[in-house]
Amino acid sequence: MSRYLYYPGCSMDGSGRAYGESLTGVCEQLGVTLAEIDDWNCCGATEYVGVSLSPAYALIARNLAIAAKSKQNGEPLVAACSACYLNLAKADHYMKERPLLNEHVNVALDAGGLHYDPGTVEVRHLLEVIMNDVGLDQVRAKVVKPLAGLRVAPYLGCMLPRPDPDNRWKNHERPDDLDRLLAALGADVVDFPLKTECCGGHMTQIAPKVGLELIKRLVDEAEHHGADMMVTVCPMCQINIDAYQGEMNAMFHTKSKMPIVFFTQLMGIAFGLDPKKMGIGRELTDARPALKKIGKVPVAVAAEAGPAHRPRPDKRALPMPRMAESDEAPVSEAPAGEAPAGEAPAGEARQ
Amino acid sequence: MTDVSRPPASDSGLDFLAEVSARTAGVSRLEMCIQCGTCGGSCPSADAMDHTPRMLFAMIRAGMREEALRSNTPWMCVSCYHCVVRCPQAVHIADVMYTLKGMAEDAKSYRDKTPPHFARVFVGQVEAFGRSWELGLTARHYLRHYILRLPRMTPMAIGLFLRGRIGILPHRIRQRKQLHAILRRAEELERVS
Repeated sequence: MSRYLYYPGCSMDGSGRAYGESLTGVCEQLGVTLAEIDDWNCCGATEYVGVSLSPAYALIARNLAIAAKSKQNGEPLVAACSACYLNLAKADHYMKERPLLNEHVNVALDAGGLHYDPGTVEVRHLLEVIMNDVGLDQVRAKVVKPLAGLRVAPYLGCMLPRPDPDNRWKNHERPDDLDRLLAALGADVVDFPLKTECCGGHMTQIAPKVGLELIKRLVDEAEHHGADMMVTVCPMCQINIDAYQGEMNAMFHTKSKMPIVFFTQLMGIAFGLDPKKMGIGRELTDARPALKKIGKVPVAVAAEAGPAHRPRPDKRALPMPRMAESDEAPVSEAPAGEAPAGEAPAGEARQ
Repeated sequence: MTDVSRPPASDSGLDFLAEVSARTAGVSRLEMCIQCGTCGGSCPSADAMDHTPRMLFAMIRAGMREEALRSNTPWMCVSCYHCVVRCPQAVHIADVMYTLKGMAEDAKSYRDKTPPHFARVFVGQVEAFGRSWELGLTARHYLRHYILRLPRMTPMAIGLFLRGRIGILPHRIRQRKQLHAILRRAEELERVS
Protein backbone atom coordinates (compact mmCIF):
# COMPACT_ATOMS: atom_id res chain seq x y z
CA MET A 1 0.00 0.00 0.00
CA SER A 2 1.53 3.24 -0.97
CA ARG A 3 -1.28 5.79 -0.83
CA TYR A 4 -1.79 7.62 2.43
CA LEU A 5 -4.00 10.47 3.53
CA TYR A 6 -1.90 13.34 4.74
CA TYR A 7 -2.52 15.86 7.49
CA PRO A 8 0.29 18.45 7.25
CA GLY A 9 -0.51 20.63 10.24
CA CYS A 10 -0.05 24.39 10.48
CA SER A 11 3.72 24.52 10.86
CA MET A 12 4.43 22.66 7.60
CA ASP A 13 4.22 25.79 5.48
CA GLY A 14 5.36 28.06 8.31
CA SER A 15 8.13 27.49 10.81
CA GLY A 16 8.51 23.83 9.81
CA ARG A 17 8.63 24.51 6.08
CA ALA A 18 11.88 22.59 5.63
CA TYR A 19 10.07 19.52 6.97
CA GLY A 20 7.19 19.88 4.50
CA GLU A 21 9.56 20.43 1.57
CA SER A 22 11.85 17.55 2.39
CA LEU A 23 9.19 14.98 3.23
CA THR A 24 7.46 15.66 -0.08
CA GLY A 25 10.69 14.96 -1.98
CA VAL A 26 11.56 11.91 0.09
CA CYS A 27 8.11 10.32 -0.13
CA GLU A 28 8.19 10.76 -3.91
CA GLN A 29 11.48 8.84 -4.01
CA LEU A 30 10.08 6.08 -1.82
CA GLY A 31 6.89 5.70 -3.86
CA VAL A 32 4.74 6.93 -0.99
CA THR A 33 1.78 9.02 -2.19
CA LEU A 34 0.54 11.56 0.32
CA ALA A 35 -2.96 12.83 -0.45
CA GLU A 36 -3.55 15.96 1.61
CA ILE A 37 -7.02 16.00 3.15
CA ASP A 38 -9.23 18.89 2.06
CA ASP A 39 -9.60 22.07 4.09
CA TRP A 40 -8.17 20.64 7.29
CA ASN A 41 -7.99 22.77 10.43
CA CYS A 42 -5.45 23.22 13.22
CA CYS A 43 -5.25 20.31 15.69
CA GLY A 44 -5.26 22.71 18.64
CA ALA A 45 -1.69 21.82 19.64
CA THR A 46 -1.31 21.59 23.42
CA GLU A 47 -3.35 24.77 23.96
CA TYR A 48 -6.94 24.00 23.07
CA VAL A 49 -7.24 20.89 25.28
CA GLY A 50 -6.15 23.06 28.19
CA VAL A 51 -9.08 25.41 27.65
CA SER A 52 -12.19 23.38 26.96
CA LEU A 53 -12.60 19.63 26.44
CA SER A 54 -15.45 19.07 23.98
CA PRO A 55 -14.53 21.94 21.63
CA ALA A 56 -10.91 20.80 21.61
CA TYR A 57 -11.82 17.26 20.62
CA ALA A 58 -14.50 18.43 18.15
CA LEU A 59 -11.81 20.56 16.49
CA ILE A 60 -9.53 17.54 16.10
CA ALA A 61 -12.37 15.24 15.08
CA ARG A 62 -13.37 17.53 12.21
CA ASN A 63 -10.10 16.49 10.56
CA LEU A 64 -10.78 12.82 11.29
CA ALA A 65 -14.27 13.14 9.80
CA ILE A 66 -12.86 14.74 6.64
CA ALA A 67 -10.22 11.99 6.44
CA ALA A 68 -12.86 9.28 6.85
CA LYS A 69 -14.83 10.79 3.97
CA SER A 70 -11.82 10.98 1.67
CA LYS A 71 -10.68 7.41 2.27
CA GLN A 72 -10.68 5.28 -0.87
CA ASN A 73 -9.34 2.02 0.32
CA GLY A 74 -8.63 2.05 4.05
CA GLU A 75 -5.58 4.31 3.78
CA PRO A 76 -4.16 5.50 7.09
CA LEU A 77 -3.96 9.19 7.90
CA VAL A 78 -0.33 10.27 8.20
CA ALA A 79 0.96 13.26 10.13
CA ALA A 80 4.60 14.25 10.40
CA CYS A 81 4.27 16.73 13.25
CA SER A 82 4.37 14.89 16.57
CA ALA A 83 1.75 17.11 18.23
CA CYS A 84 -0.66 16.78 15.30
CA TYR A 85 -0.11 13.03 15.21
CA LEU A 86 -0.75 12.68 18.92
CA ASN A 87 -3.85 14.88 18.94
CA LEU A 88 -5.41 12.96 16.05
CA ALA A 89 -4.52 9.59 17.59
CA LYS A 90 -5.70 10.64 21.03
CA ALA A 91 -9.04 11.93 19.76
CA ASP A 92 -9.72 8.62 18.02
CA HIS A 93 -8.60 6.68 21.10
CA TYR A 94 -10.49 8.69 23.71
CA MET A 95 -13.70 8.76 21.67
CA LYS A 96 -13.55 4.96 21.87
CA GLU A 97 -12.63 4.93 25.56
CA ARG A 98 -15.23 7.46 26.67
CA PRO A 99 -18.69 7.14 25.10
CA LEU A 100 -19.76 10.51 26.53
CA LEU A 101 -16.91 12.28 24.73
CA ASN A 102 -17.82 10.45 21.53
CA GLU A 103 -21.41 11.60 21.92
CA HIS A 104 -20.48 15.23 22.56
CA VAL A 105 -18.03 15.34 19.67
CA ASN A 106 -20.51 13.86 17.25
CA VAL A 107 -23.35 16.15 18.32
CA ALA A 108 -20.96 19.05 17.70
CA LEU A 109 -19.76 17.67 14.35
CA ASP A 110 -23.38 17.26 13.34
CA ALA A 111 -23.82 21.02 13.58
CA GLY A 112 -21.36 21.17 10.67
CA GLY A 113 -22.89 18.24 8.80
CA LEU A 114 -20.06 15.87 9.72
CA HIS A 115 -19.79 12.61 11.61
CA TYR A 116 -16.91 10.48 12.86
CA ASP A 117 -17.00 6.95 14.21
CA PRO A 118 -13.89 6.28 16.30
CA GLY A 119 -11.74 3.54 14.83
CA THR A 120 -12.59 4.47 11.23
CA VAL A 121 -9.30 6.20 10.49
CA GLU A 122 -5.93 4.75 11.37
CA VAL A 123 -3.64 7.57 12.51
CA ARG A 124 0.10 7.15 11.96
CA HIS A 125 3.31 9.13 12.06
CA LEU A 126 5.52 9.45 9.01
CA LEU A 127 8.61 7.99 10.72
CA GLU A 128 6.72 4.88 11.72
CA VAL A 129 5.31 4.53 8.16
CA ILE A 130 8.81 4.74 6.69
CA MET A 131 10.18 2.23 9.19
CA ASN A 132 7.36 -0.30 9.00
CA ASP A 133 5.68 0.03 5.59
CA VAL A 134 8.56 1.18 3.40
CA GLY A 135 11.29 -0.59 5.35
CA LEU A 136 14.99 0.06 5.78
CA ASP A 137 15.96 -2.15 2.83
CA GLN A 138 14.17 0.13 0.44
CA VAL A 139 15.59 3.20 2.16
CA ARG A 140 19.12 1.74 1.82
CA ALA A 141 18.50 0.99 -1.85
CA LYS A 142 17.79 4.68 -2.49
CA VAL A 143 20.95 5.98 -0.80
CA VAL A 144 23.38 7.34 -3.38
CA LYS A 145 25.32 9.68 -1.10
CA PRO A 146 25.90 7.97 2.25
CA LEU A 147 26.19 10.39 5.16
CA ALA A 148 29.58 8.92 6.17
CA GLY A 149 31.47 11.15 8.54
CA LEU A 150 28.41 13.02 9.77
CA ARG A 151 27.87 12.48 13.47
CA VAL A 152 24.18 12.82 14.31
CA ALA A 153 22.20 12.77 17.56
CA PRO A 154 18.75 11.26 16.91
CA TYR A 155 16.17 13.26 18.81
CA LEU A 156 12.56 12.08 18.84
CA GLY A 157 11.15 14.30 21.54
CA CYS A 158 8.13 13.31 23.56
CA MET A 159 4.89 13.10 21.71
CA LEU A 160 5.74 10.49 19.12
CA PRO A 161 6.83 7.64 21.41
CA ARG A 162 4.56 8.72 24.30
CA PRO A 163 1.85 8.25 25.44
CA ASP A 164 1.43 6.02 22.38
CA PRO A 165 -2.36 5.50 22.52
CA ASP A 166 -2.27 2.88 19.74
CA ASN A 167 0.60 0.79 21.15
CA ARG A 168 2.87 1.20 18.17
CA TRP A 169 6.14 1.61 20.06
CA LYS A 170 7.95 -1.22 21.81
CA ASN A 171 10.01 1.20 23.85
CA HIS A 172 8.57 4.51 25.02
CA GLU A 173 11.73 5.97 26.45
CA ARG A 174 14.63 4.67 24.36
CA PRO A 175 13.30 3.54 20.99
CA ASP A 176 15.99 2.93 18.35
CA ASP A 177 13.92 3.47 15.20
CA LEU A 178 15.37 6.83 14.26
CA ASP A 179 18.86 5.54 15.11
CA ARG A 180 18.46 2.64 12.71
CA LEU A 181 17.07 4.88 9.97
CA LEU A 182 19.97 7.32 10.25
CA ALA A 183 22.47 4.44 10.32
CA ALA A 184 20.87 3.11 7.12
CA LEU A 185 21.67 6.49 5.55
CA GLY A 186 25.33 5.89 6.47
CA ALA A 187 25.52 8.45 9.26
CA ASP A 188 27.61 8.00 12.39
CA VAL A 189 24.81 7.75 14.96
CA VAL A 190 25.33 8.91 18.54
CA ASP A 191 23.66 6.82 21.24
CA PHE A 192 21.86 9.92 22.47
CA PRO A 193 20.62 9.40 26.03
CA LEU A 194 18.13 12.29 25.90
CA LYS A 195 16.53 11.17 22.66
CA THR A 196 12.99 11.26 24.05
CA GLU A 197 13.42 14.05 26.60
CA CYS A 198 11.38 17.22 26.35
CA CYS A 199 12.38 20.31 24.31
CA GLY A 200 10.16 22.42 26.53
CA GLY A 201 7.30 22.69 24.07
CA HIS A 202 5.49 25.98 24.55
CA MET A 203 7.54 26.81 27.65
CA THR A 204 9.66 29.21 25.58
CA GLN A 205 6.45 31.24 25.29
CA ILE A 206 5.06 31.02 28.80
CA ALA A 207 7.95 30.27 31.17
CA PRO A 208 11.16 31.04 29.29
CA LYS A 209 13.53 30.01 32.06
CA VAL A 210 12.05 26.51 32.25
CA GLY A 211 12.02 26.19 28.47
CA LEU A 212 15.55 27.44 27.91
CA GLU A 213 16.91 25.16 30.63
CA LEU A 214 15.37 22.13 28.93
CA ILE A 215 16.83 23.23 25.59
CA LYS A 216 20.25 23.69 27.17
CA ARG A 217 20.17 20.20 28.63
CA LEU A 218 19.62 18.73 25.16
CA VAL A 219 22.16 20.91 23.37
CA ASP A 220 24.81 20.26 26.05
CA GLU A 221 24.31 16.53 25.84
CA ALA A 222 24.50 16.53 22.04
CA GLU A 223 27.75 18.54 22.27
CA HIS A 224 29.08 16.22 24.95
CA HIS A 225 28.60 13.28 22.60
CA GLY A 226 30.42 15.09 19.82
CA ALA A 227 27.37 15.35 17.58
CA ASP A 228 27.65 17.55 14.49
CA MET A 229 23.90 18.04 14.54
CA MET A 230 20.68 16.87 16.09
CA VAL A 231 18.01 15.22 13.95
CA THR A 232 14.34 15.50 14.83
CA VAL A 233 10.87 14.38 13.76
CA CYS A 234 8.94 17.33 15.21
CA PRO A 235 8.57 20.98 14.13
CA MET A 236 8.15 22.14 17.74
CA CYS A 237 11.43 20.51 18.82
CA GLN A 238 13.12 21.95 15.75
CA ILE A 239 12.11 25.56 16.29
CA ASN A 240 12.82 25.42 20.02
CA ILE A 241 16.35 24.12 19.63
CA ASP A 242 17.09 25.97 16.41
CA ALA A 243 15.59 29.40 16.96
CA TYR A 244 15.79 29.72 20.74
CA GLN A 245 19.41 28.58 20.98
CA GLY A 246 20.46 32.24 20.71
CA GLU A 247 18.34 33.23 23.70
CA MET A 248 19.58 30.14 25.53
CA ASN A 249 23.20 31.16 24.89
CA ALA A 250 22.49 34.67 26.17
CA MET A 251 20.84 33.38 29.33
CA PHE A 252 23.55 30.88 30.24
CA HIS A 253 26.52 32.76 28.73
CA THR A 254 27.30 29.87 26.42
CA LYS A 255 28.32 29.79 22.77
CA SER A 256 26.55 26.69 21.53
CA LYS A 257 25.91 26.29 17.82
CA MET A 258 24.16 22.97 17.56
CA PRO A 259 22.22 22.68 14.30
CA ILE A 260 19.03 20.63 14.23
CA VAL A 261 17.42 19.33 11.05
CA PHE A 262 14.48 17.09 10.20
CA PHE A 263 15.19 13.42 9.48
CA THR A 264 13.59 13.81 6.06
CA GLN A 265 16.15 16.49 5.15
CA LEU A 266 18.99 14.05 5.76
CA MET A 267 17.12 11.32 3.89
CA GLY A 268 16.78 13.65 0.91
CA ILE A 269 20.47 14.51 0.96
CA ALA A 270 21.41 10.83 1.17
CA PHE A 271 19.06 10.12 -1.74
CA GLY A 272 21.04 12.63 -3.78
CA LEU A 273 18.38 15.36 -3.80
CA ASP A 274 19.37 19.03 -3.82
CA PRO A 275 19.98 20.11 -0.18
CA LYS A 276 18.43 23.50 -0.90
CA LYS A 277 15.24 21.85 -2.12
CA MET A 278 15.31 19.82 1.10
CA GLY A 279 15.04 23.06 3.03
CA ILE A 280 18.67 23.16 4.14
CA GLY A 281 19.48 26.81 4.84
CA ARG A 282 16.13 27.55 6.45
CA GLU A 283 17.51 26.82 9.91
CA LEU A 284 18.77 29.71 12.05
CA THR A 285 21.61 27.63 13.49
CA ASP A 286 23.36 26.88 10.22
CA ALA A 287 23.64 23.16 9.41
CA ARG A 288 25.71 23.64 6.25
CA PRO A 289 29.19 23.64 7.84
CA ALA A 290 28.40 20.28 9.47
CA LEU A 291 26.96 18.88 6.24
CA LYS A 292 30.31 19.55 4.52
CA LYS A 293 31.70 16.63 6.53
CA ILE A 294 29.69 14.13 4.49
CA GLY A 295 31.99 11.85 2.57
CA LYS A 296 35.08 12.69 4.61
CA VAL A 297 36.57 9.80 6.61
CA PRO A 298 35.15 9.72 10.12
CA VAL A 299 37.65 10.80 12.77
CA ALA A 300 37.09 7.74 14.93
CA VAL A 301 37.98 5.36 12.09
CA ALA A 302 41.12 7.36 11.21
CA ALA A 303 42.36 7.10 14.81
CA GLU A 304 41.83 3.34 14.83
CA ALA A 305 43.75 2.98 11.59
CA GLY A 306 46.77 4.86 12.99
CA PRO A 307 49.94 3.20 14.33
CA ALA A 308 49.15 0.73 17.06
CA HIS A 309 52.36 1.15 19.06
CA ARG A 310 52.61 3.45 22.03
CA PRO A 311 54.56 6.70 21.65
CA ARG A 312 57.97 6.64 23.23
CA PRO A 313 58.19 8.84 26.35
CA ASP A 314 59.95 12.13 25.84
CA LYS A 315 63.40 11.87 27.48
CA ARG A 316 63.56 15.63 28.15
CA ALA A 317 60.24 15.64 29.99
CA LEU A 318 59.91 15.38 33.75
CA PRO A 319 60.03 11.78 34.98
CA MET A 320 56.50 10.45 35.30
CA PRO A 321 55.36 7.29 37.06
CA ARG A 322 54.75 4.56 34.54
CA MET A 323 52.86 1.32 34.67
CA ALA A 324 54.63 -1.92 33.89
CA GLU A 325 54.62 -2.88 30.21
CA SER A 326 51.27 -4.38 29.39
CA ASP A 327 48.50 -4.05 26.85
CA GLU A 328 46.25 -2.43 29.42
CA ALA A 329 48.66 0.42 30.17
CA PRO A 330 46.99 3.81 29.93
CA VAL A 331 48.19 5.90 27.01
CA SER A 332 48.12 9.31 28.51
CA GLU A 333 51.10 11.06 26.93
CA ALA A 334 49.69 11.67 23.46
CA PRO A 335 46.96 10.41 21.16
CA ALA A 336 47.84 7.24 19.30
CA GLY A 337 47.98 9.08 15.99
CA GLU A 338 50.94 11.30 16.95
CA ALA A 339 53.60 8.62 17.15
CA PRO A 340 56.90 10.50 16.61
CA ALA A 341 56.57 12.74 19.63
CA GLY A 342 60.18 12.22 20.67
CA GLU A 343 61.49 15.27 18.77
CA ALA A 344 58.94 17.73 20.11
CA PRO A 345 59.90 20.01 22.98
CA ALA A 346 58.30 18.98 26.24
CA GLY A 347 56.29 22.18 26.57
CA GLU A 348 54.51 21.65 23.28
CA ALA A 349 53.89 17.98 23.82
CA ARG A 350 52.09 18.73 27.07
CA GLN A 351 49.72 21.22 25.50
CA MET B 1 -14.22 0.03 35.41
CA THR B 2 -16.33 2.49 37.38
CA ASP B 3 -18.00 5.30 35.51
CA VAL B 4 -16.07 8.26 36.86
CA SER B 5 -18.14 10.71 34.86
CA ARG B 6 -20.99 10.28 37.37
CA PRO B 7 -20.28 12.29 40.52
CA PRO B 8 -21.04 10.60 43.85
CA ALA B 9 -24.00 12.00 45.77
CA SER B 10 -22.22 13.04 48.96
CA ASP B 11 -18.82 14.18 50.26
CA SER B 12 -17.52 17.46 48.85
CA GLY B 13 -13.96 16.10 48.47
CA LEU B 14 -15.09 13.37 46.13
CA ASP B 15 -17.22 15.91 44.28
CA PHE B 16 -14.13 17.77 43.19
CA LEU B 17 -12.39 14.52 42.21
CA ALA B 18 -15.44 13.50 40.19
CA GLU B 19 -15.62 16.89 38.51
CA VAL B 20 -11.97 16.72 37.47
CA SER B 21 -12.47 13.22 36.13
CA ALA B 22 -15.64 14.17 34.28
CA ARG B 23 -13.85 16.99 32.48
CA THR B 24 -10.88 14.85 31.49
CA ALA B 25 -10.55 13.20 28.08
CA GLY B 26 -10.74 9.44 28.34
CA VAL B 27 -11.04 7.72 31.70
CA SER B 28 -8.77 9.67 34.06
CA ARG B 29 -8.17 6.84 36.59
CA LEU B 30 -7.31 9.59 39.04
CA GLU B 31 -8.95 7.70 41.90
CA MET B 32 -6.47 4.86 41.29
CA CYS B 33 -3.40 6.96 42.25
CA ILE B 34 -1.34 5.15 44.90
CA GLN B 35 0.79 8.20 45.78
CA CYS B 36 4.04 6.56 44.72
CA GLY B 37 5.57 9.77 43.35
CA THR B 38 6.86 8.25 40.11
CA CYS B 39 5.23 11.17 38.27
CA GLY B 40 7.12 13.90 40.11
CA GLY B 41 10.35 11.92 39.91
CA SER B 42 9.96 11.65 36.13
CA CYS B 43 9.02 15.27 35.59
CA PRO B 44 11.52 17.53 33.77
CA SER B 45 9.84 20.68 35.06
CA ALA B 46 9.02 19.54 38.63
CA ASP B 47 11.51 22.10 39.97
CA ALA B 48 9.33 24.92 38.73
CA MET B 49 6.11 23.47 40.16
CA ASP B 50 4.33 24.57 43.34
CA HIS B 51 3.31 20.97 43.98
CA THR B 52 4.52 17.73 42.46
CA PRO B 53 1.78 15.91 40.53
CA ARG B 54 1.53 13.40 43.39
CA MET B 55 0.82 16.16 45.90
CA LEU B 56 -1.64 17.79 43.56
CA PHE B 57 -3.58 14.55 43.17
CA ALA B 58 -3.71 14.11 46.94
CA MET B 59 -5.08 17.65 47.18
CA ILE B 60 -7.74 16.90 44.59
CA ARG B 61 -8.84 13.83 46.49
CA ALA B 62 -8.90 15.83 49.72
CA GLY B 63 -11.28 18.28 48.06
CA MET B 64 -8.82 21.20 48.23
CA ARG B 65 -10.39 22.88 45.23
CA GLU B 66 -9.03 26.41 45.62
CA GLU B 67 -5.47 25.36 46.40
CA ALA B 68 -5.41 22.82 43.58
CA LEU B 69 -6.75 25.27 41.00
CA ARG B 70 -4.33 27.95 42.15
CA SER B 71 -1.28 25.68 41.87
CA ASN B 72 1.04 26.47 38.98
CA THR B 73 1.72 22.75 38.52
CA PRO B 74 -0.62 22.16 35.53
CA TRP B 75 0.77 25.25 33.78
CA MET B 76 4.33 24.00 34.20
CA CYS B 77 3.49 20.59 32.74
CA VAL B 78 5.34 20.29 29.41
CA SER B 79 3.18 17.38 28.15
CA CYS B 80 6.18 15.08 27.78
CA TYR B 81 4.17 12.06 29.00
CA HIS B 82 7.10 10.54 30.88
CA CYS B 83 4.92 10.25 33.98
CA VAL B 84 2.07 8.79 31.94
CA VAL B 85 4.05 5.85 30.58
CA ARG B 86 5.72 5.23 33.94
CA CYS B 87 2.64 5.51 36.17
CA PRO B 88 2.01 2.03 37.65
CA GLN B 89 -1.69 2.84 37.83
CA ALA B 90 -1.98 4.21 34.29
CA VAL B 91 -3.45 7.51 35.47
CA HIS B 92 -3.95 9.91 32.54
CA ILE B 93 -1.74 12.46 34.29
CA ALA B 94 -1.09 14.84 31.39
CA ASP B 95 -4.78 14.94 30.51
CA VAL B 96 -5.69 15.69 34.12
CA MET B 97 -3.27 18.63 33.91
CA TYR B 98 -5.11 19.93 30.84
CA THR B 99 -8.39 19.61 32.74
CA LEU B 100 -7.03 21.56 35.69
CA LYS B 101 -5.83 24.34 33.39
CA GLY B 102 -9.31 24.67 31.92
CA MET B 103 -10.93 24.64 35.37
CA ALA B 104 -8.47 27.23 36.69
CA GLU B 105 -9.25 29.45 33.73
CA ASP B 106 -12.99 29.15 34.30
CA ALA B 107 -12.48 30.03 37.96
CA LYS B 108 -9.96 32.79 37.01
CA SER B 109 -7.68 31.16 39.54
CA TYR B 110 -4.05 31.59 38.55
CA ARG B 111 -1.17 33.70 39.76
CA ASP B 112 0.67 34.08 36.47
CA LYS B 113 -1.51 35.34 33.63
CA THR B 114 1.05 34.52 30.93
CA PRO B 115 0.16 30.85 30.24
CA PRO B 116 -3.64 31.27 30.18
CA HIS B 117 -3.33 34.36 27.97
CA PHE B 118 -1.15 32.47 25.52
CA ALA B 119 -3.67 29.61 25.36
CA ARG B 120 -6.57 32.03 24.92
CA VAL B 121 -4.92 33.94 22.07
CA PHE B 122 -3.97 30.68 20.35
CA VAL B 123 -7.49 29.33 20.68
CA GLY B 124 -9.01 32.62 19.53
CA GLN B 125 -6.92 32.52 16.36
CA VAL B 126 -7.75 28.91 15.62
CA GLU B 127 -11.42 29.72 16.07
CA ALA B 128 -11.18 32.74 13.77
CA PHE B 129 -9.03 31.28 10.98
CA GLY B 130 -9.17 27.52 11.43
CA ARG B 131 -5.37 27.52 11.54
CA SER B 132 -2.80 28.78 13.97
CA TRP B 133 -0.98 31.95 12.98
CA GLU B 134 2.49 31.94 14.47
CA LEU B 135 3.39 35.56 13.74
CA GLY B 136 0.18 37.04 15.10
CA LEU B 137 0.30 34.81 18.15
CA THR B 138 3.89 35.52 19.13
CA ALA B 139 3.76 39.24 18.28
CA ARG B 140 0.69 39.76 20.44
CA HIS B 141 2.03 37.59 23.22
CA TYR B 142 5.47 39.22 23.38
CA LEU B 143 4.05 42.75 23.27
CA ARG B 144 1.77 41.90 26.15
CA HIS B 145 4.02 39.82 28.38
CA TYR B 146 7.63 39.90 27.25
CA ILE B 147 8.35 43.42 26.09
CA LEU B 148 11.91 43.01 27.43
CA ARG B 149 12.50 39.93 25.31
CA LEU B 150 11.56 41.81 22.14
CA PRO B 151 15.05 43.20 21.35
CA ARG B 152 16.37 39.66 21.15
CA MET B 153 13.28 38.25 19.51
CA THR B 154 13.15 40.77 16.67
CA PRO B 155 16.33 39.57 14.90
CA MET B 156 15.12 36.00 15.37
CA ALA B 157 11.76 36.87 13.79
CA ILE B 158 13.52 38.63 10.90
CA GLY B 159 15.80 35.60 10.47
CA LEU B 160 12.80 33.28 10.34
CA PHE B 161 11.05 35.62 7.91
CA LEU B 162 14.07 35.81 5.59
CA ARG B 163 14.23 32.01 5.58
CA GLY B 164 10.57 31.80 4.58
CA ARG B 165 9.44 30.40 7.90
CA ILE B 166 6.96 33.09 8.92
CA GLY B 167 3.74 33.82 7.07
CA ILE B 168 2.80 37.49 7.30
CA LEU B 169 -0.92 36.85 6.92
CA PRO B 170 -2.92 34.10 8.59
CA HIS B 171 -4.00 31.15 6.49
CA ARG B 172 -7.76 30.80 6.58
CA ILE B 173 -9.60 27.57 5.92
CA ARG B 174 -12.56 27.72 3.51
CA GLN B 175 -15.26 26.25 5.72
CA ARG B 176 -14.87 28.62 8.65
CA LYS B 177 -18.65 28.84 9.12
CA GLN B 178 -18.86 25.08 9.47
CA LEU B 179 -16.01 25.07 11.98
CA HIS B 180 -17.64 27.85 14.02
CA ALA B 181 -20.94 25.95 14.12
CA ILE B 182 -19.13 22.83 15.36
CA LEU B 183 -17.19 24.70 18.04
CA ARG B 184 -20.23 26.66 19.24
CA ARG B 185 -22.25 23.47 19.61
CA ALA B 186 -19.39 21.79 21.47
CA GLU B 187 -19.07 24.77 23.80
CA GLU B 188 -22.79 24.55 24.65
CA LEU B 189 -22.45 20.84 25.47
CA GLU B 190 -19.43 21.56 27.63
CA ARG B 191 -21.39 24.06 29.72
CA VAL B 192 -24.31 21.68 30.25
CA SER B 193 -22.27 18.69 31.43
